[in-house]
Amino acid sequence: MTQAFRLPTGGIIDRSRPLRFEFDGTAYEGYAGDTLASALLANGVHLVARSFKYHRPRGILCSGSDEPNALLQLDRGARTEPNVRATTQELFDGLIAASQNRWPSLRFDVGAINNALSRLLPAGFYYKTFMWPPTPRWWLRYEHFIRRAAGIGRSATAPDPDRYEHQYAHCDVLVIGGGPAGLAAARAAAHAGARVIVCDENPAFGGDLRGMNDDSANIDGKACATWIDEAVRDLSDSADVTLLTRTTAFGYYDGNLVALSERVADHLAAPLAHMPRQRMWKVRAGTVVLASGAHERGIAYAGNDLPGTLLAGAARTYIDRHAVRPGSRAVVFTNNDSAYAAALSLSRAGIAIGAIVDAREDSELTGALAVRAREHGIRIVSGSMVPAAHGSKRVTAVDIESLSGGRGTRVDCDLVCVSGGWNPAVHLFSQARGSLRYDESLAAFVPERSPLAIVAAGGVNGCSDVGGALADGHAAGLNAAAKAGFRGPASYAAPHAEPVAPGRLRPLWSVPARDRSGKRFVDLQNDVTVSDIALAVREGYESVEHLKRYTTLGMGTDQGKTSNIVGLALLAEQLHRPISAVGTTTFRPPYTPVTLGAYPGEEAGAHLEPTRYSAMHDWHVAHGARFINAGLWRRAHSYPRAGETPDDAANREAKNVRTNVGLVDVSTLGKIELQGNDVAEFLNRVYINRWDTLAVGRCRYGVMLRDDGMVLDDGTTSRLADSHYLMTTTTVNAVEVMQHLEALLQIDWPELDVYLTSVTEQWSAAALSGPKAREVLAAVVDIDVSNAAFPFLAVGTCTVRGAAGPMPARLFRMSYSGELAYEIHVPADRGRATWEALLAAGARYGIMPYGTEAMSTLRIEKGHVVIGPEADGRTTADDLGMGKLVNAAKWCVGKPLLSRPALIAPDRWQLVGLTALDGAVMPRGAKIVADPDHALPNPMLGHVTSWCWSPNLESWIALALVANGRARHGETLWAVSPLADAKARVRVRIGPPTFIDPDGERLRG
Amino acid sequence: MRYSIFSLARNALSYHEHWPLAWRSPAPKARYDAIIIGGGGHGLATAYYLAKEHALSNIAVLEKSWLGGGNTGRNTTIVRSNYHLDPNAHFYEFSLKLWESLSQELNFNVMYSARGVLNLVHSPADMDASIRRGNAMRLNGIDAKFLTRDEIARWIPNLDCSPEARFPIHGGLLQPRGGTVRHDAVAWGYARAADALGVDVIQQCEVTGIRIDRGAIQGVETTQGFITTTKLGIAVAGHSGHVAAMAGLRLPIESHVLQAMVSEPVKPVLNTVVTSGAVHFYISQSDKGELVMGGDLDFYNSYAQRGNLPAIELVVSACLALFPSFGRLKLMRTWGGIMDMTMDGSPIIAKLPVKGLTMSGGWCYGGFKATPASGWLHAYTIARDEPHPLNAAFTLERFAEGGMIDEKGAGPYAWAH
Repeated sequence: MTQAFRLPTGGIIDRSRPLRFEFDGTAYEGYAGDTLASALLANGVHLVARSFKYHRPRGILCSGSDEPNALLQLDRGARTEPNVRATTQELFDGLIAASQNRWPSLRFDVGAINNALSRLLPAGFYYKTFMWPPTPRWWLRYEHFIRRAAGIGRSATAPDPDRYEHQYAHCDVLVIGGGPAGLAAARAAAHAGARVIVCDENPAFGGDLRGMNDDSANIDGKACATWIDEAVRDLSDSADVTLLTRTTAFGYYDGNLVALSERVADHLAAPLAHMPRQRMWKVRAGTVVLASGAHERGIAYAGNDLPGTLLAGAARTYIDRHAVRPGSRAVVFTNNDSAYAAALSLSRAGIAIGAIVDAREDSELTGALAVRAREHGIRIVSGSMVPAAHGSKRVTAVDIESLSGGRGTRVDCDLVCVSGGWNPAVHLFSQARGSLRYDESLAAFVPERSPLAIVAAGGVNGCSDVGGALADGHAAGLNAAAKAGFRGPASYAAPHAEPVAPGRLRPLWSVPARDRSGKRFVDLQNDVTVSDIALAVREGYESVEHLKRYTTLGMGTDQGKTSNIVGLALLAEQLHRPISAVGTTTFRPPYTPVTLGAYPGEEAGAHLEPTRYSAMHDWHVAHGARFINAGLWRRAHSYPRAGETPDDAANREAKNVRTNVGLVDVSTLGKIELQGNDVAEFLNRVYINRWDTLAVGRCRYGVMLRDDGMVLDDGTTSRLADSHYLMTTTTVNAVEVMQHLEALLQIDWPELDVYLTSVTEQWSAAALSGPKAREVLAAVVDIDVSNAAFPFLAVGTCTVRGAAGPMPARLFRMSYSGELAYEIHVPADRGRATWEALLAAGARYGIMPYGTEAMSTLRIEKGHVVIGPEADGRTTADDLGMGKLVNAAKWCVGKPLLSRPALIAPDRWQLVGLTALDGAVMPRGAKIVADPDHALPNPMLGHVTSWCWSPNLESWIALALVANGRARHGETLWAVSPLADAKARVRVRIGPPTFIDPDGERLRG
Repeated sequence: MRYSIFSLARNALSYHEHWPLAWRSPAPKARYDAIIIGGGGHGLATAYYLAKEHALSNIAVLEKSWLGGGNTGRNTTIVRSNYHLDPNAHFYEFSLKLWESLSQELNFNVMYSARGVLNLVHSPADMDASIRRGNAMRLNGIDAKFLTRDEIARWIPNLDCSPEARFPIHGGLLQPRGGTVRHDAVAWGYARAADALGVDVIQQCEVTGIRIDRGAIQGVETTQGFITTTKLGIAVAGHSGHVAAMAGLRLPIESHVLQAMVSEPVKPVLNTVVTSGAVHFYISQSDKGELVMGGDLDFYNSYAQRGNLPAIELVVSACLALFPSFGRLKLMRTWGGIMDMTMDGSPIIAKLPVKGLTMSGGWCYGGFKATPASGWLHAYTIARDEPHPLNAAFTLERFAEGGMIDEKGAGPYAWAH
């Protein structure tokens, strides 16, 4: 049986293109142009889901993105996607869908026991129970089952194989919604000369008119479909118009930034080659025309959730657009005229109509549609309601009763079409900080005012007919274009359609309960009933936000599009307040759920952040380096040889620096060039020490502080020429220091003649270090590097001779390792050649490259601090033993706050050196305590900041911050690391932080 | 009426038509012994503990909007005490201990779910810092465990533990007793329990002025008229600066937007709280099945409870870097809250330099988990007119004295914490 419920003619489906699909393991067929929902209905499948809480059978309610019930799991494997709305998913050949949240099957679901127990499970029941036995363990046990019962679909377990893109765009007018109002607005704006973007969440433009089979409606004397085609052709002919289908405007941000989600390939089994699955647009719009239409809402009656219950407009859509017969015998339940259009469609499709049950009195049925339905001989039962529907997995009958009381009748039917009125889709208007006004005649909230440039048009403004929507849209388009300065030709005429006199709506949110057995659902997705709302009010959850949170009303994937206002109205009723006084909950983005993968776009996975490589990176790779991340950089950790662990390698490298010579890549250091007449003054202000005395050709170590006096960064600054300096920063802090300096210059001291340029990436840097460094250097440079000619802290330029020819370089005599050392900076494209030249020259001196690990060992042995472990943002220069660097005679950033009492207290943690005693290994991340067996909490006297095996001292050593540490030299304390090893306790002797060459003879030698 | 399975069953028989109000909606009296400004978790907890622990009976909580409508109802529900610095560790551990029995204390299930909070470690330096922090926790008597990469990979199979990740996972610091709490329930539970002790919980009552005479609190001007009191506590999170200004005080606090977001609900995929410092991201799965996540501030000062798109992109990017299989899930809802960011990232729970005026604020990102301890200690400070040892360090004066409690070491930049 395939497509037994497909009408022989009509619709905008392509009967020549059958598409196979599968639902819950059964194969079906549909046609191109179907949604998954319409294809299921064409095959007579109404039961498609189980509800969230009670596991009640649920069918398809809507025909668009407002669907609360028909959420299916799509596909299998890595492309599986949960909670896909059958009503918006376009059918493609081979589509596989499955129902969710049921076990073992959709027809027989054990979870339905919850429905039987529902008396025990009113709104918020979980706040009142599961508190015994009174231990957190027990709640975890209860929660385990609650969690398994909750959730709807299932996440994939494999990474998403698809790709996502971002697109930025600007336009004068962004039209959201391509129905009649949106198209009219777009044409008006485009003809006025504005750059226009039109987006619509559907696969084609036309809105509610798309595929509508209503011979009585025409626009400018043409059939609606013809007018839509012409309008779209007209717009696409303009180079200044961008038309986006399958594109939902989902978020409205400050500055008229509107985020759109374009589903490029979701209507295909998989994206084609080079095609992203989705594209996120970020549109800066001069003015936004919001033509988002309206969502129909239901009426709460007992059993209003049975499969076979459709919103009237949705039923009409399935019949007219998709040529589907959603039932064979229908009852229409309404309080407004729009359902009569659905009734006429039902009738045209040959579906028997048991009755139109209208809450309004006969005398109120004066609208054109009602008159036409009556002319068609459709039975209208006025002043009445449907108190209850019957059936188990599909509606089989409804009761009809007069609203004024009296006995009812039961009418058999397999389709109930409901309309409780229309809610303008004001979500984006509200996101645009627009205020809403409750319109009594529509019984709905409509846009009022927004501080942003947004104009509402058409259905969202409350227009109920095509003529009104066209006129409103046209005016909005002109208005929006004019705001952008386009006042265009007046000759372009507004499209025209005959207005349809609307009948008055009679608000009806829920029918009175006949007894307590039936559930009248307000929010179908979250199983919130009229009684739940009454309970919330009874217990004092009176704010709309409390109601929402206590009952979960409107918190599902549909965000309450069909239910929120019904809930608000019932709340207002309970509180005896007008709906306008109750207000709405906040409309939060996104308008409809947006795929997570679309947010990062291409900045995903390996491209989450850029990866930075030095110019010598390929050399390091070729020579077996092991790498670590340092901020965004990849740095060589060590160069293990065959049979060596990385730590072995680092120890060998560190030892070789002290005995021979080593070469390390320090290109990652931040490098900032400072130029201008006031650089010395600037440096005086940002560093704790003095800089106006620095001569050309000299460099100096400096420490800068934050505003609060804590150490921000350290590094060297060299004076290259009179008004030209080069500052180096730590690798990790390069950006922060640059920002700090720029902020000072731009905000605090704009009068200073100082210009900063970050040159980190322009220069490669290598540090040559060790007793034989001078010999190696002398072999490749063209200047005299003797101690007399180029002493400690000298700076100069030179030429490095390499295999590729001479290379200009900057030479610095500075030392991080504590050995005789030089830094050689060359333009980045010469980095590798220079590196290789130095290694070649050093070969006969036993040179070895060394990585960050050996560098760390060397600096710990020397007692140099690092920003992060030692200077951890809570340490002053004095804590780190550099108090005497603070120049007393001048001001600098951070200095005024250094004298605060807590910063000069005697128990401050100060930098010390630790030596592990008893041949013990220093444990990782150790804390310093006086007594490792002290009861908890055990007072901590300090902690180890950096530690290493010293291959030169042949013992474990560490730098540490210890309370009043400088006064404790010679004391013995304990280093413990219960997390790393509960038994680890190491006796440590406290001493000065410099373990090697405390007088600095080596580096000056 | 006590909440229990029995009262639930009994009320089911009468179709739940006899449940009493969870709290009254009284009109404000002319005078209270103590007034708390702010009907969020912190303010309600303060009132509750004032009544419960200090036998004050004539107390009001004034809320300008609806209970729990600020950050109590906007956070990502994480509770933990995995702090490095002593004052923070002891304070948040006190709070966690209160969370452990809060459902029973309040007779309202706040769903304290000790599912663990796992801090991922992404580099050797990160590892050192994490172990150091874990050691501090252990020595302070707080539960902490270090998990290796392999242990994490087995426990959380959808987490990308591969070495190819942009920021590879090296391990993680786990606090098993950390977890989540149902945030709305905290406000409601405290409101109901405070109301039962006679506290007047007054909604839609905005404080518009603070009356001070000779350096002492006289009362508050509100949208429902003047109310006399001599003890006034401020617990208004993102509006701390604004309310304190009514007393002529300028606080070292900036208000910033922080966004949070949830995915559509799915069946359980994540049974713990995962956080990462390297990409600044935190995620858990709610009992309803939504993935609840957040990250950095929006990085501009604001009182508007809505955020920008780039901040959401950063959060989701981080999410997918850690959990690549979540890519096809959908983001369902995003929202913003206003963080009262201090200059050292730690709160102020202290007497202010006006007689009778106290505050509990400056919560930065971390206010929710502090709710019970904040209320308990704020109440203590109000009732005894002096701080408890657990909040003695969280003074306003510490900024002037240099006694910052800078857990992150980020310095005097509100946005940096």
